[in-house]
Amino acid sequence: MIGYYIIALERHEVNPKEKLMPLPTQMIDKFSDLATEPSKRTGEILLVQDTVTSVKRIVVGMILSAVVGLTVGLSMGLFPGIGALLGPVITFTSNIVPTALLPLLLIILGVGDASKIGLIFLGTVFIITRTIYADTLVLRKQITKSLTLGASQLQIGYEIMLPQLMPRLIDALKLTLGAAWIFLVAAEAIAGTEGLGYRIFLVRRYMAMDLIIPYVLWITVLAIGMDTLLTYIRNKLYPWYKAEQG
Amino acid sequence: MKTKNRSGNGKLLHIESVTKRYGSLQVLEDIDLSITKGEFCSLVGPSGSGKSTLFRSILGEEKPTSGKVTINGNVVQRPDESKGIVYQGYALFEHLSVIDNVMKGPVMQIPNRKRLFKSKSTTRKIREIRERAMHYLESVRLADAAHKYPHQLSGGMRQRVAITQALMTKPQILLMDEPFGALDESTRRDAQLFLLELWEKYNMTIIFVTHDLDEALFLGSRFLAISQYHKDYKQRGVLQNIGARIGFDVDLDPVVNRRSQLSFEEYVEQHADIKEVVMRECFDPSYIQHVNEFQLTHKDSFVSP
Repeated sequence: MIGYYIIALERHEVNPKEKLMPLPTQMIDKFSDLATEPSKRTGEILLVQDTVTSVKRIVVGMILSAVVGLTVGLSMGLFPGIGALLGPVITFTSNIVPTALLPLLLIILGVGDASKIGLIFLGTVFIITRTIYADTLVLRKQITKSLTLGASQLQIGYEIMLPQLMPRLIDALKLTLGAAWIFLVAAEAIAGTEGLGYRIFLVRRYMAMDLIIPYVLWITVLAIGMDTLLTYIRNKLYPWYKAEQG
Repeated sequence: MKTKNRSGNGKLLHIESVTKRYGSLQVLEDIDLSITKGEFCSLVGPSGSGKSTLFRSILGEEKPTSGKVTINGNVVQRPDESKGIVYQGYALFEHLSVIDNVMKGPVMQIPNRKRLFKSKSTTRKIREIRERAMHYLESVRLADAAHKYPHQLSGGMRQRVAITQALMTKPQILLMDEPFGALDESTRRDAQLFLLELWEKYNMTIIFVTHDLDEALFLGSRFLAISQYHKDYKQRGVLQNIGARIGFDVDLDPVVNRRSQLSFEEYVEQHADIKEVVMRECFDPSYIQHVNEFQLTHKDSFVSP
Protein backbone atom coordinates (compact mmCIF):
# COMPACT_ATOMS: atom_id res chain seq x y z
CA MET A 1 0.00 0.00 0.00
CA ILE A 2 2.84 2.35 0.87
CA GLY A 3 4.49 1.32 -2.40
CA TYR A 4 1.29 2.15 -4.28
CA TYR A 5 1.14 5.52 -2.57
CA ILE A 6 4.73 6.42 -3.46
CA ILE A 7 4.33 5.41 -7.10
CA ALA A 8 0.96 7.16 -7.35
CA LEU A 9 2.46 10.36 -5.90
CA GLU A 10 5.30 10.28 -8.40
CA ARG A 11 2.96 9.74 -11.31
CA HIS A 12 0.78 12.61 -10.16
CA GLU A 13 3.80 14.92 -10.01
CA VAL A 14 4.67 14.08 -13.60
CA ASN A 15 1.07 14.22 -14.83
CA PRO A 16 -1.55 16.01 -12.69
CA LYS A 17 -4.33 14.39 -14.74
CA GLU A 18 -3.11 10.88 -13.95
CA LYS A 19 -6.06 8.46 -13.87
CA LEU A 20 -4.52 5.01 -13.65
CA MET A 21 -3.32 5.32 -10.08
CA PRO A 22 -5.56 7.72 -8.18
CA LEU A 23 -4.40 9.07 -4.87
CA PRO A 24 -6.11 7.75 -1.76
CA THR A 25 -7.60 11.16 -1.12
CA GLN A 26 -9.19 11.17 -4.57
CA MET A 27 -10.66 7.74 -3.99
CA ILE A 28 -12.05 8.74 -0.61
CA ASP A 29 -13.58 11.87 -2.13
CA LYS A 30 -15.15 9.97 -4.98
CA PHE A 31 -16.44 7.22 -2.73
CA SER A 32 -17.97 9.62 -0.21
CA ASP A 33 -19.57 11.53 -3.11
CA LEU A 34 -21.21 8.32 -4.26
CA ALA A 35 -22.24 7.48 -0.73
CA THR A 36 -23.84 10.86 -0.01
CA GLU A 37 -24.71 12.76 -3.20
CA PRO A 38 -27.90 11.77 -5.01
CA SER A 39 -27.37 10.94 -8.67
CA LYS A 40 -28.31 13.78 -11.02
CA ARG A 41 -30.14 11.42 -13.33
CA THR A 42 -32.19 9.28 -10.93
CA GLY A 43 -32.07 11.25 -7.72
CA GLU A 44 -30.88 8.22 -5.80
CA ILE A 45 -27.66 7.70 -3.94
CA LEU A 46 -25.70 5.44 -6.28
CA LEU A 47 -23.67 3.48 -3.74
CA VAL A 48 -26.73 2.67 -1.67
CA GLN A 49 -28.73 1.75 -4.75
CA ASP A 50 -25.97 -0.50 -6.12
CA THR A 51 -25.34 -2.15 -2.78
CA VAL A 52 -29.02 -2.83 -2.07
CA THR A 53 -29.52 -4.25 -5.56
CA SER A 54 -26.50 -6.55 -5.45
CA VAL A 55 -26.94 -7.73 -1.88
CA LYS A 56 -30.59 -8.46 -2.55
CA ARG A 57 -29.64 -10.60 -5.56
CA ILE A 58 -27.04 -12.54 -3.61
CA VAL A 59 -29.29 -13.09 -0.61
CA VAL A 60 -32.29 -14.19 -2.66
CA GLY A 61 -30.13 -16.49 -4.81
CA MET A 62 -28.46 -18.05 -1.80
CA ILE A 63 -31.72 -18.53 0.08
CA LEU A 64 -33.20 -20.30 -2.95
CA SER A 65 -30.10 -22.48 -3.19
CA ALA A 66 -30.19 -23.25 0.52
CA VAL A 67 -33.86 -24.26 0.52
CA VAL A 68 -33.62 -26.40 -2.61
CA GLY A 69 -30.22 -27.86 -1.71
CA LEU A 70 -31.33 -28.79 1.79
CA THR A 71 -34.59 -30.35 0.67
CA VAL A 72 -33.12 -32.33 -2.21
CA GLY A 73 -29.92 -33.30 -0.37
CA LEU A 74 -31.83 -34.47 2.70
CA SER A 75 -34.32 -36.47 0.63
CA MET A 76 -31.45 -38.13 -1.21
CA GLY A 77 -29.85 -39.10 2.09
CA LEU A 78 -33.05 -40.27 3.76
CA PHE A 79 -34.37 -42.32 0.87
CA PRO A 80 -31.68 -44.43 -0.81
CA GLY A 81 -33.87 -44.71 -3.92
CA ILE A 82 -33.89 -40.96 -4.46
CA GLY A 83 -30.16 -40.82 -3.73
CA ALA A 84 -29.42 -43.47 -6.35
CA LEU A 85 -31.68 -41.74 -8.85
CA LEU A 86 -30.50 -38.16 -8.42
CA GLY A 87 -26.86 -38.83 -7.52
CA PRO A 88 -25.60 -39.14 -11.12
CA VAL A 89 -27.82 -36.24 -12.23
CA ILE A 90 -26.38 -33.92 -9.59
CA THR A 91 -22.86 -35.02 -10.39
CA PHE A 92 -23.47 -34.12 -14.02
CA THR A 93 -25.22 -30.81 -13.45
CA SER A 94 -22.70 -29.64 -10.88
CA ASN A 95 -20.06 -29.90 -13.59
CA ILE A 96 -21.84 -27.52 -15.94
CA VAL A 97 -19.97 -24.21 -16.02
CA PRO A 98 -22.60 -21.76 -14.73
CA THR A 99 -21.19 -18.68 -16.45
CA ALA A 100 -21.52 -20.49 -19.79
CA LEU A 101 -25.24 -20.57 -19.12
CA LEU A 102 -25.38 -16.82 -18.71
CA PRO A 103 -26.44 -16.00 -22.32
CA LEU A 104 -29.21 -18.55 -21.95
CA LEU A 105 -30.36 -17.02 -18.69
CA LEU A 106 -30.27 -13.52 -20.17
CA ILE A 107 -32.43 -14.64 -23.06
CA ILE A 108 -34.91 -16.52 -20.90
CA LEU A 109 -35.01 -14.34 -17.79
CA GLY A 110 -34.13 -10.93 -19.18
CA VAL A 111 -31.52 -8.44 -17.98
CA GLY A 112 -33.14 -7.68 -14.63
CA ASP A 113 -32.85 -9.36 -11.23
CA ALA A 114 -34.08 -12.76 -12.38
CA SER A 115 -31.11 -13.67 -14.58
CA LYS A 116 -28.59 -12.70 -11.85
CA ILE A 117 -30.44 -14.60 -9.17
CA GLY A 118 -30.77 -17.50 -11.60
CA LEU A 119 -27.03 -17.59 -12.21
CA ILE A 120 -26.20 -17.46 -8.50
CA PHE A 121 -28.75 -20.19 -7.87
CA LEU A 122 -27.44 -22.47 -10.63
CA GLY A 123 -23.87 -21.83 -9.61
CA THR A 124 -24.35 -22.84 -5.99
CA VAL A 125 -27.35 -25.14 -5.67
CA PHE A 126 -25.67 -28.33 -6.85
CA ILE A 127 -22.67 -27.88 -4.60
CA ILE A 128 -24.95 -27.29 -1.63
CA THR A 129 -27.07 -30.32 -2.54
CA ARG A 130 -24.00 -32.54 -2.75
CA THR A 131 -22.63 -31.25 0.52
CA ILE A 132 -25.91 -31.84 2.37
CA TYR A 133 -26.25 -35.29 0.79
CA ALA A 134 -22.73 -36.20 1.93
CA ASP A 135 -23.43 -34.84 5.43
CA THR A 136 -26.59 -36.92 5.64
CA LEU A 137 -24.63 -40.03 4.69
CA VAL A 138 -22.14 -39.29 7.45
CA LEU A 139 -25.05 -39.20 9.89
CA ARG A 140 -26.74 -42.30 8.48
CA LYS A 141 -26.01 -44.44 11.57
CA GLN A 142 -28.23 -42.02 13.42
CA ILE A 143 -30.99 -42.80 10.91
CA THR A 144 -30.70 -46.52 11.63
CA LYS A 145 -30.56 -45.85 15.33
CA SER A 146 -33.63 -43.61 15.17
CA LEU A 147 -35.52 -46.39 13.42
CA THR A 148 -34.66 -48.75 16.28
CA LEU A 149 -35.89 -46.07 18.68
CA GLY A 150 -39.25 -46.12 16.92
CA ALA A 151 -39.04 -42.89 14.92
CA SER A 152 -40.97 -42.40 11.68
CA GLN A 153 -39.23 -41.24 8.50
CA LEU A 154 -40.80 -37.81 8.91
CA GLN A 155 -39.56 -37.51 12.48
CA ILE A 156 -36.07 -38.56 11.45
CA GLY A 157 -36.13 -35.83 8.83
CA TYR A 158 -37.47 -33.03 10.99
CA GLU A 159 -36.29 -33.87 14.49
CA ILE A 160 -33.02 -35.70 14.00
CA MET A 161 -31.46 -34.71 10.68
CA LEU A 162 -32.69 -31.15 10.07
CA PRO A 163 -31.40 -29.59 13.31
CA GLN A 164 -28.03 -31.24 12.77
CA LEU A 165 -27.86 -30.28 9.10
CA MET A 166 -28.59 -26.59 9.70
CA PRO A 167 -25.09 -25.61 10.87
CA ARG A 168 -23.67 -27.75 8.07
CA LEU A 169 -25.86 -25.87 5.63
CA ILE A 170 -24.49 -22.58 6.93
CA ASP A 171 -20.98 -23.91 6.36
CA ALA A 172 -21.94 -24.87 2.81
CA LEU A 173 -23.31 -21.35 2.26
CA LYS A 174 -20.09 -19.83 3.56
CA LEU A 175 -18.18 -22.01 1.15
CA THR A 176 -20.25 -21.08 -1.90
CA LEU A 177 -20.60 -17.40 -1.07
CA GLY A 178 -17.33 -16.57 -2.82
CA ALA A 179 -18.55 -18.23 -6.01
CA ALA A 180 -21.88 -16.42 -5.69
CA TRP A 181 -20.08 -13.05 -5.75
CA ILE A 182 -18.16 -14.06 -8.85
CA PHE A 183 -21.38 -14.99 -10.63
CA LEU A 184 -23.09 -11.82 -9.50
CA VAL A 185 -20.35 -9.48 -10.72
CA ALA A 186 -20.05 -11.40 -13.97
CA ALA A 187 -23.78 -11.27 -14.64
CA GLU A 188 -24.07 -7.60 -13.76
CA ALA A 189 -21.05 -6.74 -15.87
CA ILE A 190 -22.38 -8.37 -18.99
CA ALA A 191 -25.90 -7.03 -18.89
CA GLY A 192 -27.61 -4.88 -16.34
CA THR A 193 -28.74 -1.45 -15.33
CA GLU A 194 -27.62 -1.29 -11.71
CA GLY A 195 -25.55 -3.14 -9.15
CA LEU A 196 -21.99 -3.07 -7.90
CA GLY A 197 -20.65 -5.17 -10.77
CA TYR A 198 -22.51 -3.07 -13.32
CA ARG A 199 -21.03 0.14 -11.90
CA ILE A 200 -17.40 -0.90 -12.09
CA PHE A 201 -17.75 -2.18 -15.61
CA LEU A 202 -19.66 0.95 -16.62
CA VAL A 203 -16.97 3.37 -15.46
CA ARG A 204 -14.23 1.15 -16.84
CA ARG A 205 -14.51 2.92 -20.17
CA TYR A 206 -13.59 6.25 -18.53
CA MET A 207 -10.71 4.59 -16.74
CA ALA A 208 -12.28 5.83 -13.52
CA MET A 209 -9.88 4.02 -11.25
CA ASP A 210 -10.79 6.38 -8.43
CA LEU A 211 -14.20 4.68 -8.39
CA ILE A 212 -13.25 1.14 -9.35
CA ILE A 213 -10.71 0.60 -6.59
CA PRO A 214 -13.01 1.71 -3.73
CA TYR A 215 -15.82 -0.37 -5.22
CA VAL A 216 -13.65 -3.49 -5.30
CA LEU A 217 -12.71 -2.88 -1.68
CA TRP A 218 -16.35 -2.27 -0.81
CA ILE A 219 -17.37 -5.60 -2.39
CA THR A 220 -14.65 -7.30 -0.36
CA VAL A 221 -15.94 -5.70 2.81
CA LEU A 222 -19.47 -6.86 2.00
CA ALA A 223 -18.28 -10.41 1.32
CA ILE A 224 -16.31 -10.56 4.57
CA GLY A 225 -19.29 -9.09 6.39
CA MET A 226 -21.67 -11.75 5.08
CA ASP A 227 -19.24 -14.52 5.98
CA THR A 228 -18.78 -13.15 9.48
CA LEU A 229 -22.52 -12.82 9.92
CA LEU A 230 -23.07 -16.45 8.90
CA THR A 231 -20.36 -17.63 11.28
CA TYR A 232 -21.93 -15.60 14.05
CA ILE A 233 -25.41 -17.03 13.41
CA ARG A 234 -24.02 -20.56 13.29
CA ASN A 235 -22.14 -20.25 16.54
CA LYS A 236 -25.01 -18.51 18.26
CA LEU A 237 -27.74 -20.93 17.23
CA TYR A 238 -25.74 -24.15 17.16
CA PRO A 239 -23.12 -23.88 19.89
CA TRP A 240 -22.68 -27.65 19.99
CA TYR A 241 -21.60 -27.77 16.35
CA LYS A 242 -18.19 -26.12 16.46
CA ALA A 243 -17.10 -28.19 19.42
CA GLU A 244 -18.33 -31.35 17.75
CA GLN A 245 -16.27 -30.65 14.65
CA GLY A 246 -13.22 -30.18 16.85
CA MET B 1 -42.50 -58.04 22.50
CA LYS B 2 -46.01 -57.72 21.18
CA THR B 3 -46.52 -61.03 19.42
CA LYS B 4 -46.47 -64.60 20.57
CA ASN B 5 -43.95 -67.14 19.50
CA ARG B 6 -44.88 -68.68 16.23
CA SER B 7 -41.77 -70.52 15.23
CA GLY B 8 -38.13 -70.73 16.15
CA ASN B 9 -38.81 -73.25 18.93
CA GLY B 10 -39.33 -70.55 21.50
CA LYS B 11 -35.98 -68.98 20.74
CA LEU B 12 -35.70 -65.22 20.76
CA LEU B 13 -33.59 -64.93 17.64
CA HIS B 14 -33.61 -67.57 14.97
CA ILE B 15 -31.42 -67.50 11.89
CA GLU B 16 -32.22 -70.15 9.36
CA SER B 17 -29.97 -71.06 6.42
CA VAL B 18 -29.06 -67.44 5.78
CA THR B 19 -26.79 -66.78 2.83
CA LYS B 20 -25.71 -63.46 1.43
CA ARG B 21 -23.98 -62.68 -1.80
CA TYR B 22 -23.14 -59.40 -3.42
CA GLY B 23 -23.01 -60.08 -7.12
CA SER B 24 -20.57 -62.94 -7.39
CA LEU B 25 -19.06 -62.40 -3.96
CA GLN B 26 -20.30 -64.89 -1.42
CA VAL B 27 -20.22 -63.31 2.04
CA LEU B 28 -22.35 -65.57 4.20
CA GLU B 29 -22.73 -69.25 3.50
CA ASP B 30 -25.48 -71.05 5.28
CA ILE B 31 -25.62 -69.45 8.69
CA ASP B 32 -27.80 -71.24 11.23
CA LEU B 33 -28.09 -69.78 14.67
CA SER B 34 -30.51 -69.67 17.56
CA ILE B 35 -30.28 -67.38 20.51
CA THR B 36 -32.21 -67.70 23.76
CA LYS B 37 -33.37 -64.78 25.82
CA GLY B 38 -30.77 -63.63 28.30
CA GLU B 39 -27.73 -64.82 26.39
CA PHE B 40 -24.70 -62.62 25.96
CA CYS B 41 -23.33 -63.74 22.61
CA SER B 42 -19.98 -62.44 21.61
CA LEU B 43 -19.31 -62.83 17.92
CA VAL B 44 -15.78 -62.76 16.56
CA GLY B 45 -14.29 -63.27 13.15
CA PRO B 46 -11.35 -61.99 11.14
CA SER B 47 -11.90 -58.65 9.46
CA GLY B 48 -13.77 -59.01 6.20
CA SER B 49 -15.27 -62.28 7.38
CA GLY B 50 -18.86 -61.13 7.21
CA LYS B 51 -19.44 -60.19 10.85
CA SER B 52 -20.93 -56.88 9.86
CA THR B 53 -23.05 -58.42 7.14
CA LEU B 54 -24.48 -60.90 9.60
CA PHE B 55 -24.99 -58.06 12.06
CA ARG B 56 -26.84 -55.95 9.50
CA SER B 57 -28.99 -58.92 8.51
CA ILE B 58 -30.10 -59.31 12.13
CA LEU B 59 -30.70 -55.57 12.31
CA GLY B 60 -32.77 -55.65 9.15
CA GLU B 61 -30.61 -53.27 7.17
CA GLU B 62 -29.53 -56.03 4.85
CA LYS B 63 -31.78 -58.57 3.20
CA PRO B 64 -30.36 -62.09 3.09
CA THR B 65 -30.06 -63.61 -0.38
CA SER B 66 -31.78 -66.70 0.96
CA GLY B 67 -32.94 -67.97 4.33
CA LYS B 68 -34.59 -65.90 7.01
CA VAL B 69 -33.98 -64.14 10.27
CA THR B 70 -36.80 -64.11 12.81
CA ILE B 71 -37.14 -62.41 16.16
CA ASN B 72 -39.84 -63.98 18.29
CA GLY B 73 -41.17 -65.65 15.18
CA ASN B 74 -41.48 -62.41 13.20
CA VAL B 75 -39.36 -62.12 10.10
CA VAL B 76 -36.94 -59.21 10.39
CA GLN B 77 -37.79 -56.64 7.72
CA ARG B 78 -36.11 -53.40 8.73
CA PRO B 79 -34.57 -51.79 11.79
CA ASP B 80 -37.32 -51.35 14.38
CA GLU B 81 -37.95 -51.13 18.10
CA SER B 82 -37.46 -54.84 18.74
CA LYS B 83 -33.75 -54.24 18.31
CA GLY B 84 -31.53 -51.80 20.14
CA ILE B 85 -28.29 -50.71 18.63
CA VAL B 86 -24.96 -49.42 19.90
CA TYR B 87 -22.28 -48.37 17.44
CA GLN B 88 -18.56 -47.86 17.84
CA GLY B 89 -18.97 -44.20 16.84
CA TYR B 90 -21.76 -43.65 19.46
CA ALA B 91 -24.08 -41.97 16.89
CA LEU B 92 -25.51 -39.66 19.54
CA PHE B 93 -27.76 -36.80 18.49
CA GLU B 94 -25.28 -33.92 18.66
CA HIS B 95 -27.91 -31.23 19.01
CA LEU B 96 -29.54 -32.68 22.11
CA SER B 97 -28.41 -32.79 25.72
CA VAL B 98 -27.73 -36.16 27.34
CA ILE B 99 -31.15 -36.37 28.95
CA ASP B 100 -32.88 -35.39 25.69
CA ASN B 101 -30.83 -37.95 23.80
CA VAL B 102 -32.01 -40.63 26.19
CA MET B 103 -35.62 -39.44 26.13
CA LYS B 104 -35.78 -38.97 22.36
CA GLY B 105 -36.86 -42.51 21.48
CA PRO B 106 -39.93 -42.75 23.75
CA VAL B 107 -40.81 -39.07 23.17
CA MET B 108 -40.90 -39.56 19.39
CA GLN B 109 -43.48 -42.28 19.88
CA ILE B 110 -45.93 -39.72 21.17
CA PRO B 111 -47.72 -38.41 18.06
CA ASN B 112 -46.45 -35.02 16.90
CA ARG B 113 -49.75 -33.23 17.24
CA LYS B 114 -50.04 -34.33 20.87
CA ARG B 115 -46.60 -32.94 21.55
CA LEU B 116 -47.45 -29.66 19.85
CA PHE B 117 -50.57 -29.02 21.90
CA LYS B 118 -49.57 -30.36 25.26
CA SER B 119 -52.47 -31.83 27.10
CA LYS B 120 -52.24 -32.90 30.71
CA SER B 121 -51.83 -36.54 29.80
CA THR B 122 -49.00 -35.77 27.38
CA THR B 123 -47.24 -33.66 29.99
CA ARG B 124 -47.59 -36.49 32.46
CA LYS B 125 -46.27 -38.99 29.92
CA ILE B 126 -43.23 -36.85 29.20
CA ARG B 127 -42.59 -36.46 32.90
CA GLU B 128 -42.69 -40.24 33.29
CA ILE B 129 -40.24 -40.65 30.44
CA ARG B 130 -37.95 -38.09 32.04
CA GLU B 131 -38.07 -39.92 35.37
CA ARG B 132 -37.29 -43.22 33.69
CA ALA B 133 -34.43 -41.63 31.76
CA MET B 134 -33.00 -40.15 34.97
CA HIS B 135 -33.29 -43.53 36.65
CA TYR B 136 -31.29 -45.17 33.87
CA LEU B 137 -28.78 -42.34 33.83
CA GLU B 138 -28.27 -42.80 37.56
CA SER B 139 -27.66 -46.48 37.07
CA VAL B 140 -25.01 -45.73 34.46
CA ARG B 141 -23.56 -43.05 36.78
CA LEU B 142 -24.30 -40.20 34.42
CA ALA B 143 -26.95 -38.31 36.37
CA ASP B 144 -24.60 -35.37 36.86
CA ALA B 145 -24.01 -35.07 33.13
CA ALA B 146 -27.70 -35.09 32.23
CA HIS B 147 -27.70 -31.54 30.92
CA LYS B 148 -24.40 -31.64 29.13
CA TYR B 149 -24.08 -32.10 25.39
CA PRO B 150 -22.39 -35.11 23.78
CA HIS B 151 -19.35 -33.07 22.75
CA GLN B 152 -18.68 -32.27 26.39
CA LEU B 153 -18.37 -35.94 27.33
CA SER B 154 -15.52 -38.42 27.12
CA GLY B 155 -15.73 -41.44 24.81
CA GLY B 156 -16.59 -43.80 27.66
CA MET B 157 -19.37 -41.51 28.86
CA ARG B 158 -20.77 -41.11 25.35
CA GLN B 159 -20.93 -44.85 24.96
CA ARG B 160 -22.80 -45.14 28.25
CA VAL B 161 -25.29 -42.57 26.97
CA ALA B 162 -25.69 -44.59 23.78
CA ILE B 163 -26.37 -47.76 25.76
CA THR B 164 -28.88 -45.95 27.96
CA GLN B 165 -30.56 -44.55 24.86
CA ALA B 166 -31.01 -48.08 23.54
CA LEU B 167 -32.28 -49.40 26.89
CA MET B 168 -35.08 -46.82 27.05
CA THR B 169 -37.14 -48.52 24.37
CA LYS B 170 -36.69 -51.91 26.05
CA PRO B 171 -35.42 -53.76 22.99
CA GLN B 172 -35.69 -57.53 22.90
CA ILE B 173 -32.16 -57.79 21.73
CA LEU B 174 -29.29 -55.37 21.98
CA LEU B 175 -26.95 -55.35 18.99
CA MET B 176 -23.49 -53.93 19.61
CA ASP B 177 -21.01 -53.37 16.82
CA GLU B 178 -17.48 -53.00 18.18
CA PRO B 179 -18.89 -50.68 20.84
CA PHE B 180 -15.68 -50.28 22.80
CA GLY B 181 -13.33 -50.23 19.82
CA ALA B 182 -12.64 -46.51 20.08
CA LEU B 183 -11.97 -46.46 23.82
CA ASP B 184 -8.56 -46.55 25.42
CA GLU B 185 -7.49 -49.58 27.41
CA SER B 186 -8.56 -48.63 30.92
CA THR B 187 -11.84 -46.99 29.88
CA ARG B 188 -12.50 -50.10 27.92
CA ARG B 189 -12.14 -52.37 30.96
CA ASP B 190 -14.53 -50.17 32.92
CA ALA B 191 -17.01 -50.22 30.08
CA GLN B 192 -16.82 -54.01 29.81
CA LEU B 193 -17.45 -54.59 33.51
CA PHE B 194 -20.16 -52.05 33.39
CA LEU B 195 -21.89 -53.74 30.47
CA LEU B 196 -21.82 -57.07 32.32
CA GLU B 197 -23.39 -55.35 35.30
CA LEU B 198 -26.20 -53.96 33.15
CA TRP B 199 -26.67 -57.27 31.39
CA GLU B 200 -27.26 -58.98 34.71
CA LYS B 201 -29.40 -56.24 36.14
CA TYR B 202 -31.80 -55.92 33.21
CA ASN B 203 -31.60 -59.51 31.97
CA MET B 204 -30.65 -58.34 28.50
CA THR B 205 -30.02 -60.37 25.38
CA ILE B 206 -26.92 -59.09 23.67
CA ILE B 207 -25.08 -59.75 20.45
CA PHE B 208 -21.66 -58.23 20.78
CA VAL B 209 -19.57 -58.07 17.62
CA THR B 210 -15.86 -57.57 18.09
CA HIS B 211 -12.58 -58.48 16.47
CA ASP B 212 -10.88 -58.66 19.84
CA LEU B 213 -10.81 -62.31 20.96
CA ASP B 214 -9.92 -61.49 24.55
CA GLU B 215 -12.83 -59.12 24.87
CA ALA B 216 -15.18 -61.68 23.35
CA LEU B 217 -14.00 -64.35 25.78
CA PHE B 218 -14.30 -62.09 28.77
CA LEU B 219 -17.76 -60.77 28.02
CA GLY B 220 -19.74 -63.53 26.39
CA SER B 221 -21.84 -66.17 28.08
CA ARG B 222 -21.72 -67.76 24.66
CA PHE B 223 -18.84 -67.48 22.28
CA LEU B 224 -19.39 -67.53 18.53
CA ALA B 225 -16.78 -67.31 15.81
CA ILE B 226 -17.39 -67.17 12.10
CA SER B 227 -14.92 -68.24 9.51
CA GLN B 228 -14.51 -68.50 5.78
CA TYR B 229 -11.84 -71.14 6.02
CA HIS B 230 -13.68 -74.41 5.66
CA LYS B 231 -14.84 -76.94 3.11
CA ASP B 232 -17.50 -79.58 2.75
CA TYR B 233 -18.16 -82.50 0.45
CA LYS B 234 -19.25 -80.29 -2.41
CA GLN B 235 -16.02 -78.36 -2.67
CA ARG B 236 -12.99 -79.76 -4.39
CA GLY B 237 -9.63 -78.33 -5.32
CA VAL B 238 -8.74 -74.74 -4.61
CA LEU B 239 -11.22 -73.04 -2.35
CA GLN B 240 -12.32 -69.69 -3.62
CA ASN B 241 -15.11 -67.32 -2.85
CA ILE B 242 -16.51 -69.19 0.10
CA GLY B 243 -18.82 -67.37 2.43
CA ALA B 244 -18.53 -67.45 6.19
CA ARG B 245 -20.12 -70.05 8.42
CA ILE B 246 -20.35 -70.29 12.13
CA GLY B 247 -17.23 -72.24 12.90
CA PHE B 248 -17.17 -72.15 16.64
CA ASP B 249 -20.00 -72.04 19.13
CA VAL B 250 -19.45 -72.82 22.81
CA ASP B 251 -20.92 -71.98 26.18
CA LEU B 252 -18.73 -69.92 28.43
CA ASP B 253 -18.96 -69.41 32.12
CA PRO B 254 -22.54 -68.35 32.67
CA VAL B 255 -21.95 -67.03 36.16
CA VAL B 256 -21.02 -63.42 35.82
CA ASN B 257 -20.00 -63.08 39.44
CA ARG B 258 -17.03 -65.26 38.87
CA ARG B 259 -15.81 -62.71 36.44
CA SER B 260 -15.70 -60.08 39.13
CA GLN B 261 -13.39 -62.33 41.15
CA LEU B 262 -11.00 -62.79 38.28
CA SER B 263 -9.35 -59.95 36.46
CA PHE B 264 -9.68 -59.62 32.72
CA GLU B 265 -6.23 -61.05 32.16
CA GLU B 266 -6.78 -63.97 34.52
CA TYR B 267 -10.06 -64.82 32.92
CA VAL B 268 -8.63 -64.70 29.41
CA GLU B 269 -5.68 -66.78 30.61
CA GLN B 270 -8.07 -69.44 31.89
CA HIS B 271 -9.65 -69.72 28.48
CA ALA B 272 -6.43 -69.66 26.52
CA ASP B 273 -7.31 -73.06 25.06
CA ILE B 274 -10.40 -71.67 23.32
CA LYS B 275 -8.45 -68.71 22.07
CA GLU B 276 -5.80 -70.93 20.59
CA VAL B 277 -8.28 -73.13 18.78
CA VAL B 278 -10.18 -70.17 17.38
CA MET B 279 -7.01 -68.44 16.28
CA ARG B 280 -6.05 -71.51 14.32
CA GLU B 281 -9.38 -72.64 12.97
CA CYS B 282 -11.13 -69.38 12.23
CA PHE B 283 -8.43 -66.77 11.79
CA ASP B 284 -5.75 -68.65 9.89
CA PRO B 285 -6.38 -68.76 6.14
CA SER B 286 -3.98 -71.63 5.63
CA TYR B 287 -5.87 -73.91 7.96
CA ILE B 288 -8.86 -75.30 6.12
CA GLN B 289 -10.99 -77.67 8.07
CA HIS B 290 -13.96 -79.71 7.11
CA VAL B 291 -17.31 -78.40 8.34
CA ASN B 292 -17.77 -81.62 10.30
CA GLU B 293 -14.81 -80.68 12.43
CA PHE B 294 -16.37 -77.46 13.62
CA GLN B 295 -16.55 -77.22 17.35
CA LEU B 296 -20.19 -76.54 17.96
CA THR B 297 -20.84 -77.69 21.48
CA HIS B 298 -23.46 -75.15 22.44
CA LYS B 299 -26.81 -76.82 23.02
CA ASP B 300 -28.47 -74.66 20.37
CA SER B 301 -25.83 -75.29 17.72
CA PHE B 302 -26.85 -76.72 14.42
CA VAL B 303 -24.59 -79.53 13.46
CA SER B 304 -23.94 -79.48 9.74
CA PRO B 305 -24.84 -82.61 7.83
